[in-house]
Amino acid sequence: MVFVHGFGCDQHMWRHVTPAFEADHRVVTFDLVGAGGADPEAWDAARYDSLGAYAEDILAVIHGLDLRDVVLVGHSVSAMTGVLAAVAEPDLFSALVLIGPSPRYLDDGAYRGGFSEADIAELLTSLDSNYLGWSTAMAPVIMGNGDRPALGQELTASFCRMDPDVARQFARVTFLTDARDALPAVSTPTLVLQCHQDVIAPVQVGQYVADAIPGARMVLLDATGHCPHLSAPADTIAAIREFLPSAASVPAAT
Amino acid sequence: MTVADPGQAFDRASTRAGAAFLDALDHDDPVALFESAPCGFLTTTPDGVIVKTNATFRTWVRREAAELVGVATFTDLLTVGSRMYHETHFAPMLMMQGQVQEVALELVRPDGSRLPVLVNAALARSEDGRPRAIRIAVFDATERRRYERELLDAKERAEASEREARTLARTLQQTLIPPAEPKIPGLDLAAAYHPAGHGAEVGGDFYDVFPVGADDWVVTLGDVCGKGYDAAIVTTLVRHTIRALSVGEPRPSRVLQSLDEVLRHHETDRFCTAALMRLRRDDEGWHVTSGLGGHPPPLLLRAGEDPQPCGGRGPLLGVLDQAAFEDDTFRLGPGDVVLLYTDGVLEGRRGRELFGEDRLVAAVRQAGRQPAALVDGVMTAVLDFQEGTLRDDVAIVAFGVPA
Repeated sequence: MVFVHGFGCDQHMWRHVTPAFEADHRVVTFDLVGAGGADPEAWDAARYDSLGAYAEDILAVIHGLDLRDVVLVGHSVSAMTGVLAAVAEPDLFSALVLIGPSPRYLDDGAYRGGFSEADIAELLTSLDSNYLGWSTAMAPVIMGNGDRPALGQELTASFCRMDPDVARQFARVTFLTDARDALPAVSTPTLVLQCHQDVIAPVQVGQYVADAIPGARMVLLDATGHCPHLSAPADTIAAIREFLPSAASVPAAT
Repeated sequence: MTVADPGQAFDRASTRAGAAFLDALDHDDPVALFESAPCGFLTTTPDGVIVKTNATFRTWVRREAAELVGVATFTDLLTVGSRMYHETHFAPMLMMQGQVQEVALELVRPDGSRLPVLVNAALARSEDGRPRAIRIAVFDATERRRYERELLDAKERAEASEREARTLARTLQQTLIPPAEPKIPGLDLAAAYHPAGHGAEVGGDFYDVFPVGADDWVVTLGDVCGKGYDAAIVTTLVRHTIRALSVGEPRPSRVLQSLDEVLRHHETDRFCTAALMRLRRDDEGWHVTSGLGGHPPPLLLRAGEDPQPCGGRGPLLGVLDQAAFEDDTFRLGPGDVVLLYTDGVLEGRRGRELFGEDRLVAAVRQAGRQPAALVDGVMTAVLDFQEGTLRDDVAIVAFGVPA
């Protein structure tokens, strides 16, 4: 199982979910180039100007580790990147789990993605306000006297932190992409996991994805927000578990 | 005015202080503190539904408790951009770390007006670790955000200026070398330039190739000391002075003499080195008259012979009052090649090691006698020696008679 995090954070956001699959799957998580602990040198503004490069990276991880019958779990923008990867090399994948997917965040004619270009511009401003004053060296955030119940200090330093230029570009690529055309080309069994209140990817968008991918199923989680794997990990695990046996040729533990 | 007894004054002060303490204590009980604190407080469920707010917060968002408690979420009160930031950064951080600090968000009021705020939040958990409530403190950051916006604008302007400076440096540099080497009948010619470092600064190296008459050409290459726009101004002066002087003066030594004078009378204290060659075609080759001003001697590569220095004699240009220059003349036959280069070649440095003449001769031997291959071979050797980043800029020109 390959878990791919989305825009904003890094692979550590899978930590409540992945342990549940480690007994019977080889679990792979990684940081997208530009995020978390990824080598800053690997970032190339010209290359990462579309989701295609991120899809190539997913395929490179899969080939590099010689993985087969991959269950790809992608969150947010990486759900769509996973779709692109599965369309490019369908033989590698046995199932897709798309958490909070959106093929198009912008409204477009009759299609309601939920956002306008002005909204995206506002997000970029919001990113700027929050990166202002952050050292480019990503100095560890000072957490006062509060304890850190969940994360070690070294994770705190990098979690949800990105080079501001990288973050701006990733935000633009994420929120201005239109991947709707790729959906009908998916031949991998697909599960859409949707929260019933998600301002980033509303229910009707999740439904659009499930309708557009042949044979896809959608599960509406009793959770709110955009990150059910953080806010409702047990429900997320259960929904994936329930889906996996029905997906074609789920790999046995090795 | 009478001065009270110091002891009495102290007593009275402490009595007053004590009374003030008790009065403030009585006035600001925990409820009053919560309601009227100079920051907004709210508590939400882990899903964000508002459970409690204080009066300050309600005043800021201009809403009654009934419009908030149990019916609205914290994100409902945010602008769309802030909402997206909340969902992609704030909420995951809160869940993962238990708290977030100093996150910049914008609240939006019913009339559409906005309030920039800084937000701290902490996740309260039950004993078994289950998230129970999110406590949020909101600080008015209107002034601060305005100042930050100014800082950001300044940063963006600075970055734009830097980009512009880089483009300007590149453009200016391109005026110091010909856009393309001219085609000269009966002569193969190749040239290359590589800037120092990352190319953000204009270097002092230049070269030029131009005709003075039929089958009568000038090839020059040189180096103005220093870098940047100051040096570029002098480089432009040198290049155009050489062009103008060469029209009426066939002897490079005399051109250099006059150039030397021009530089000495110019307000700059920059000096310059140059190699200057006048090429006139004869039956099967070219007659070359060559002058030097403080420049590394070009290499003459005769067919079947070892490289030898050539080019004339003369001091740095723009320095000495009584400078004397001497020409060298030679004939260039089929297969003969001349290589001109700037000191960035010899003085290329790796650690404490210099590129030096031996490496230059070795690179020349390996590259062969075809001008394009020669220029390419020497430039590659210099770049490889310095792992691709040059300490000083490098210009190389080679020309020869096809064999």
